[in-house]
Amino acid sequence: MSSRERILGRVQRALADVPPDATPYDQAVSRTYLSEHGNRSVEETVDLLAENLADYRAIVHRTDGAGLAGVIAGLLDARGSASVVVPPGLDEGWLAATEVAQVPDRAESTSYELDQVDSVVTGCALAIAETGTIVLDGSPDQGRRRITLVPDHHICVVRVPGQVVSSVPQALPRLDPTRPLTWISGPSATSDIELDRVEGVHGPRTLEVILVSGE
Amino acid sequence: MSGTFVGMPAFPKAAHEAVHNQTLRGNLRHATHTIRAKREKAVAEVSDWAALREAGKQIKDHTLRHLDRYLVQLEESVTAAGGTVHWAADADEANRIVTRLVKETGESEVVKVKSMATQEIGLNEALEEEGIRAYETDLAELIVQLGKDRPSHILVPAIHRNRGEIRDIFAREMSEWGRPAPDGLTDTPAELAEAARLHLREKFLRAKVGVSGANFMVAETGTMVVVESEGNGRMCLTLPETLISVVGIEKIVPTWQDLEVFLQTLPRSSTAERMNPYTSMWTGTTDSESADGPRTFHLVLLDNGRTDTLADEVGRQALRCIRCSACLNVCPVYERAGGHAYGSVYPGPIGAILSPQLRGTESEIDASLPYASSLCGACYEVCPVAIDIPEVLVHLRERVVEGGQVTRAGNKVVLKPAKGHAAERAAMRAARWAFARPGALRTGQRLASRTRRLHPRSIPGPGKAWSETRALPALPSEPFRDWWQRTRGGSGKDGAK
Ligand code: SF4
Repeated sequence: MSSRERILGRVQRALADVPPDATPYDQAVSRTYLSEHGNRSVEETVDLLAENLADYRAIVHRTDGAGLAGVIAGLLDARGSASVVVPPGLDEGWLAATEVAQVPDRAESTSYELDQVDSVVTGCALAIAETGTIVLDGSPDQGRRRITLVPDHHICVVRVPGQVVSSVPQALPRLDPTRPLTWISGPSATSDIELDRVEGVHGPRTLEVILVSGE
Repeated sequence: MSGTFVGMPAFPKAAHEAVHNQTLRGNLRHATHTIRAKREKAVAEVSDWAALREAGKQIKDHTLRHLDRYLVQLEESVTAAGGTVHWAADADEANRIVTRLVKETGESEVVKVKSMATQEIGLNEALEEEGIRAYETDLAELIVQLGKDRPSHILVPAIHRNRGEIRDIFAREMSEWGRPAPDGLTDTPAELAEAARLHLREKFLRAKVGVSGANFMVAETGTMVVVESEGNGRMCLTLPETLISVVGIEKIVPTWQDLEVFLQTLPRSSTAERMNPYTSMWTGTTDSESADGPRTFHLVLLDNGRTDTLADEVGRQALRCIRCSACLNVCPVYERAGGHAYGSVYPGPIGAILSPQLRGTESEIDASLPYASSLCGACYEVCPVAIDIPEVLVHLRERVVEGGQVTRAGNKVVLKPAKGHAAERAAMRAARWAFARPGALRTGQRLASRTRRLHPRSIPGPGKAWSETRALPALPSEPFRDWWQRTRGGSGKDGAK
């Protein structure tokens, strides 16, 4: 007997005492929990996103479509970055104002090469206000998962209010589970040493989020 | 379970030793109290906590009720997404499968994401025997590994260590495993974390094989979910060419939508955050064009006592556990005894009910674990999937003392009553231990008063026959000590009103 059959057989025997139950799944669980917490206007939801991102030590900036390239150039400059990874589908205009060397996200580039790059700029799939989370799904404006992981500085652009949802229950239906997903809430952190929070163990130590309106 | 724990003394003895270790108690007290207070705040932020908890419980119960169906569905989804599914009936089989898979890659080292399942089966030791080195990459696990130590908490495995001890371990041991600690390393958390970052980065960048567990597996889509804070998880899940995930069969949820419940309750219950810094979700492998992440993905579905646990109608609820560790942080016994005293990778209240079910109660440590509790009920109150830990503890005590039918490795066997009243002795020792420590007793009593409606109607174990024909006295709403403190026996300021 294979272990597969053995385990499935054990499960069935283990449940022999339980009366049969043919309730379809959508009726089996009472989902009386809320789909969002509180009643907020669209603006208030964006404000809450900014607040919760900052609470977990992401640095939040706000601008409009016209100001975006300038803000990105300023952030790379302030950081002293010499190079930036660029996902294949990133809006070219976003990097129009910076002189920093651009490194394309290529399948064949090694982790070591990526480790030499200072910053990365991406878009996102959506952002969740109540938890202060940005979600990446590997779309062309976000690139492979590793480009937002190895460099130490991540700049993420969120279009507001279009890409902002209130809550986790509102986020899941808008995401595609077949894509690789990364949910990011503040920069990498650890509390393993006497529960003191330290930012940045292995991921980017600095996360800057630009909320861009009117895009 | 892990060979590391073989020969552990029974809980009362181990606990006795632990409470005399001042540093350990100080570290633990600080940690559990800090996280406890933060958690209360994080939970209070969501007004529908009770509904989320109930939904979580129902989802898990339904899944366990139809576990065979969901396992098959998961296997289909993972396979369709390009992954390979393996089934492991016990620890040895799981270790053999993983060892073979690593060997097939031709590699002799792997990077690991913190995973309870791989600790449970003793994977690192099994790989070591085959000449494969496994690097733990979670900071706390690294501290434990470098310190040749055992984890003492599910979430913060090095909770028993303070910064000075960590500095010493890094300075002494890092060079044995790779990049040495920087000269003049101090004990500030930021410097220690930086030392770990540098030490581990060289491993991440060259790693060809990653090994992980998973917090959730979605049956309908085949999606795996790992929640973490540091980014070491993301490194292990995305940089290597081959990824092997070892996951207990109880970690399934039926649908994508179900994640909305657990992604709200797990972070708040465990680290007291609205959301943990990083959550990774992947479904099989990505197509070669986008090449995002490992090209090969293996899922090893682990039984190792879980189906035996499922066969116990009272005890099966332990399989709902999402390993948030909230029950550890509120447990007055854990706080004083420390995680090592439980002699298993699952310490605290959940360990006290899970380990004796996964492993059976033959050994002295496992027979004593159901007594490692004051039955105060605090663990049940915080549990985000409403596992009635006190109920299971009482049930297991009865089983230890009276014997009866249980399932072991899929077969029904009849357990003899514990020989020579070993369990009664264990219980008495545990009680003596608590009575000798007024602080522990006080906390236990106070919580006992607050949760008195949760208490069993009869005395478990040896006292059962006696209590079956007698009503147990109701617990007072306030322990005598507290009443005295508050009122000075009716003569003090407060009492004079
Ligand atoms: S038993 Fe409940 S509280 Fe304890 S770790 Fe499991 S889910 Fe968390």
